[in-house]
Amino acid sequence: MVQAIVFLPLIGFLIAGLFGRQIGARGASLVTSGLLVVIALLSWVMFVDVGFFGNEARVRLFTWIAAGGLQVDWALRVDSLVAVMLVVVTNVSALVHIYSIGYMADDPHQPRFFAYLSLFTFAMLMLVTADNLVQLFFGWEGVGLASYLLIGFWYLKPEANAAAIKAFVVNRVGDFGFALGIFAVFLMTGSVAYDTIFAEASTLTGKTMTFLSWQFDALTVICLLLFVGAMGKSAQLLLHTWLPDAMEGPTPVSALIHAATMVTAGVFMVARLSPLFELAPIALGVVVFVGATTAFFAATVGLVQNDIKRVVAYSTCSQLGYMFVAMGVGAYSVGMFHLFTHAAFKALLFLGSGSVIHAMHHEQDMRRMGGLARHIPFTYAMMVVGTLALTGFPLTAGFFSKDAIIEAAFAGHSVVAQYGFWLLVIAAALTSFYSWRLIFLTFHGASRVDHHTLEHVHESPPTMTVPLAFLALGAIVLGIGFKGVFTSEAGIVDFFRDSLFSAHGHKILEEMHHVPTWVVAAPTVMMLGGFVVAYWFYIHDPELPRRLARRHRTLYLFLLNKWYFDELYDFLFVEPAKRIGRFLWKRGDGWLIDGFGPDGVSARVIDVTRGVVRLQTGYLYHYAFVMLIGIAALITWFLVRGGIVG
Amino acid sequence: MSPDWPVLSVTIFLPLAGALLIFLQRGDDEATKRNARYIALWTTLVTFFISLFLVAGFDRSIADFQFVESYPWLGGTFRYQVGIDGISLPLLILTTFLMPISILASFGVEKRVREYMIAFLILEVLMVGTFAALDLVLFYVFFEGGLIPMFLIIGIWGGARRVYATFKFFLYTLAGSVLMLLAIMAMYWQAGTTDIPTLLKHGFPAGLQNWLFLAFLASFAVKLPMWPVHTWLPDAHVEAPTAGSVILAAILLKLGGYGFLRFSLPMFPDASEFFAPLMFTLSVVAIIYTSLVALMQEDIKKLIAYSSVAHMGFVTMGMFTLTEEGVQGALFQMVSHGLVSGALFLCVGVIYDRMHTREIAAYGGLVNRMPIYAAVFMIFTLANVGLPGTSGFVGEFLTLLAAFKVNTWVAFFATTGVILSACYALWLYRKVIFGQLEKPALKDILDLNPREVAVFVPLILLTILFGVWPGPVLDTSAAAVAALVRDVQSALAPAASSLVQLR
Repeated sequence: MVQAIVFLPLIGFLIAGLFGRQIGARGASLVTSGLLVVIALLSWVMFVDVGFFGNEARVRLFTWIAAGGLQVDWALRVDSLVAVMLVVVTNVSALVHIYSIGYMADDPHQPRFFAYLSLFTFAMLMLVTADNLVQLFFGWEGVGLASYLLIGFWYLKPEANAAAIKAFVVNRVGDFGFALGIFAVFLMTGSVAYDTIFAEASTLTGKTMTFLSWQFDALTVICLLLFVGAMGKSAQLLLHTWLPDAMEGPTPVSALIHAATMVTAGVFMVARLSPLFELAPIALGVVVFVGATTAFFAATVGLVQNDIKRVVAYSTCSQLGYMFVAMGVGAYSVGMFHLFTHAAFKALLFLGSGSVIHAMHHEQDMRRMGGLARHIPFTYAMMVVGTLALTGFPLTAGFFSKDAIIEAAFAGHSVVAQYGFWLLVIAAALTSFYSWRLIFLTFHGASRVDHHTLEHVHESPPTMTVPLAFLALGAIVLGIGFKGVFTSEAGIVDFFRDSLFSAHGHKILEEMHHVPTWVVAAPTVMMLGGFVVAYWFYIHDPELPRRLARRHRTLYLFLLNKWYFDELYDFLFVEPAKRIGRFLWKRGDGWLIDGFGPDGVSARVIDVTRGVVRLQTGYLYHYAFVMLIGIAALITWFLVRGGIVG
Repeated sequence: MSPDWPVLSVTIFLPLAGALLIFLQRGDDEATKRNARYIALWTTLVTFFISLFLVAGFDRSIADFQFVESYPWLGGTFRYQVGIDGISLPLLILTTFLMPISILASFGVEKRVREYMIAFLILEVLMVGTFAALDLVLFYVFFEGGLIPMFLIIGIWGGARRVYATFKFFLYTLAGSVLMLLAIMAMYWQAGTTDIPTLLKHGFPAGLQNWLFLAFLASFAVKLPMWPVHTWLPDAHVEAPTAGSVILAAILLKLGGYGFLRFSLPMFPDASEFFAPLMFTLSVVAIIYTSLVALMQEDIKKLIAYSSVAHMGFVTMGMFTLTEEGVQGALFQMVSHGLVSGALFLCVGVIYDRMHTREIAAYGGLVNRMPIYAAVFMIFTLANVGLPGTSGFVGEFLTLLAAFKVNTWVAFFATTGVILSACYALWLYRKVIFGQLEKPALKDILDLNPREVAVFVPLILLTILFGVWPGPVLDTSAAAVAALVRDVQSALAPAASSLVQLR
């Protein structure tokens, strides 16, 4: 069954990609979506079978790379952790496929679009079902490729092309660390297969390795290097710059790749490698620090963005930070819980935004929206459900998963965990504010839509609204339904079993249920606070935000320009690389090497031979001549010498 | 297991028969041209087919030379002796595989078709001979002889600045050749034979090894090319006709890498270890330096040529780790680069044939008119940046993995190459393929014709097959590489390894 789940999307990709012209838009979309629906159902079967009945699947396909001591296999592995990911990936992907039938209906390149979506799904499934680090890396770069192709799907737009390259390159920076991490693992354990390295992990504690001439704790180095990869893929601070730009891609892509699945790969990686991370406390501290800082940073930037998709994108970035905090404090199942629920409500918010954009004929600027609730009531309702779930309104999905992370952070005790706790609480207020700001600016208040567009504002077709309804259902019930599985010790024992490892026997899950009441209440209070302020700013007194922005202009611009990271990187990396490249080319190759090498020599040769030999006819014979003389001399010499010896 | 007919010699010299047949064609009309093309195509196809007998009969469990043929030559002082092992076989098959593709890609050549085809067929003889030669003098003749048809191909069928390019090529290689010839003389003087299997076991004194190593390095480094003797390559590529570029990048560069594996490592193990830090430095500089230079190129072929130099940096880095993973990776990287860079130059050839310019700025938005071409170019661009699942990944991964074992600094800096390669390759793709089709000259450009599709399909299949299942190459070379590494390490065993402390 697992083979079917993983390889059917590949078949879909090949059919839509190779025969897209023959089967047309309709054929391509139906084939790929149909296959996805099948595997989405299969993955639920698998989820129950693996998670609750304990029938883990291990399938070794064939050898990939075997050289010297390295042995890498193509293999599929489904344990409970993977089963959760399978459900997330296949279901969101199936819904996004169906949604795209409506959303992309007018696009002339639909077969290509569906082919890419299925390619992405295949790569993502290879990523999660990997049984070794190199196959994980295969899926990792594979989803990066699909992301690159889909961000740049509208290749006529220069911004889309630039964003696609940026996404690929920034991810490559992360992969740079990931690759070094794999090498370090291989150096220390002689293997890249999960089973072997997990078994070896405990023997590595206290061992050191030399990295860049320094002695470091081996596991800390390994985990930090691998985490650089996770930071790239999950758009954590310093490597986050590609995610907002990735919104140039079609909106269904943003929902699938840049909200629900690919960007959570980093979180999944930390959970998957928990047997390593658990033994590297310093690395876990870094995970918490980066996660919490990102959660806060991205939320502040989300406050002032005007593009509807960018608000949701920064929100994703921020929520991923939450998940990393959970991982870092050792509450892996809690982090996975948020990954699980977040997939539903963030996909809902993105697809809902897509529905708005569809209605508005590809207008994404919230300053040109307003009052849309009347025109597209169903989309409005769906967006409100998503917002409630995201902000953690009681009994919605986010309420259970997000609040559990905050409690786990508090229960984490260490200084960095406390840092995480406070930043996450503040970020909860910011989340609520920017989410409601989005709702109010888009759907409430006076309409700022131009007349021409307003006449055509329409509710989306059923292919788009039905997936929204499914996701909304998920955003409501997934939290309450799966709370027991993800946030209790019993869940670990019965469901996750060995797929998650904790050096302290998952004690944190016990402790997080005994935090003080004010900690439990804090996120809900923050959520309400954020709502009230947003209401005040955008419904009660809409002039207030503008006045504030004018008064605190520096701060406003700082946030609006995303803390100036893009400008900084341009200055630090992009421009110098170009300058150095030009310098090495013109001065290094052109002046130094050629000048003193062939050109210098030839200049002397020309001085000597000018007027005697016409170079352009002479050189060939010269060369042949020199070689012949060489051979003749050699042979003569050998013959003479051979004669003497013999 | 040796068959009762000389498979290897037939593979080497069959193209000569084709060349002779073309030579006998007279006249300059269309029929003669067509005959020349088809004779060349069929000759190379049959040669490829015969070379598959080598694959079928090759015993992968043996590290020794197989299909050995040995006859007295030049009065008995030297022998005409050929044979293959797991290191030479993949490169030999790569050669026979790429020849028909190059010939097919050259069907558009109109100028002096007979001579062109003859030059390519003779080139094939010399290249295959180089990989098969088991006598030092025979190797030298093939190795250096291969340059003459290449000079002619660039010099006669090349672009506007072909004279300058060939001249530069000539100066560099001449310097290397002379030194290698001296080294060969010294080796004969020392060992009393030019028989390669004997020399492999000879064990040269450590002091002499260093000099011999440097002399061979002079020749191989130019051929590969390594930084800083690489500057002939961009010019040669730019001026060479498409098929010339393909063979140059895919096969001729590999002669240098093959030379290291056949001579430098096994015959001069002490020197290899002594010079390994130098080789690492040059490799890493090549990877970073040429990648940065590639970023700024304005000519498509130059960009790909610089990227070739960077990829060859991985080859030298992998070899001088003196580990199985590294050497296997280096060999695989050579095969993979042969396929991928060859295909990339074919891609450039497709649009050059249509527009007669290689300037990046002259293109843009080709995907609108050429979707099939865009897909093909995308696949090879991705293979060039070493995406897992393409053949480009396996070699880079293995060489970096091995480098990390030996020296983390080397691995660290070399791995930055994977970031830079993504930058220049995707930037090139975007400039040429994506965007609006605005240039008036491009409005009527046509997508790939069936002949061009036929050229690319085998390359695509192999690039992906080897990316997913590199076994055919890695398993073939495993025994020979293991023996090579074992011999090198046992030769080094008495002296404590200096590399380990450098990590």
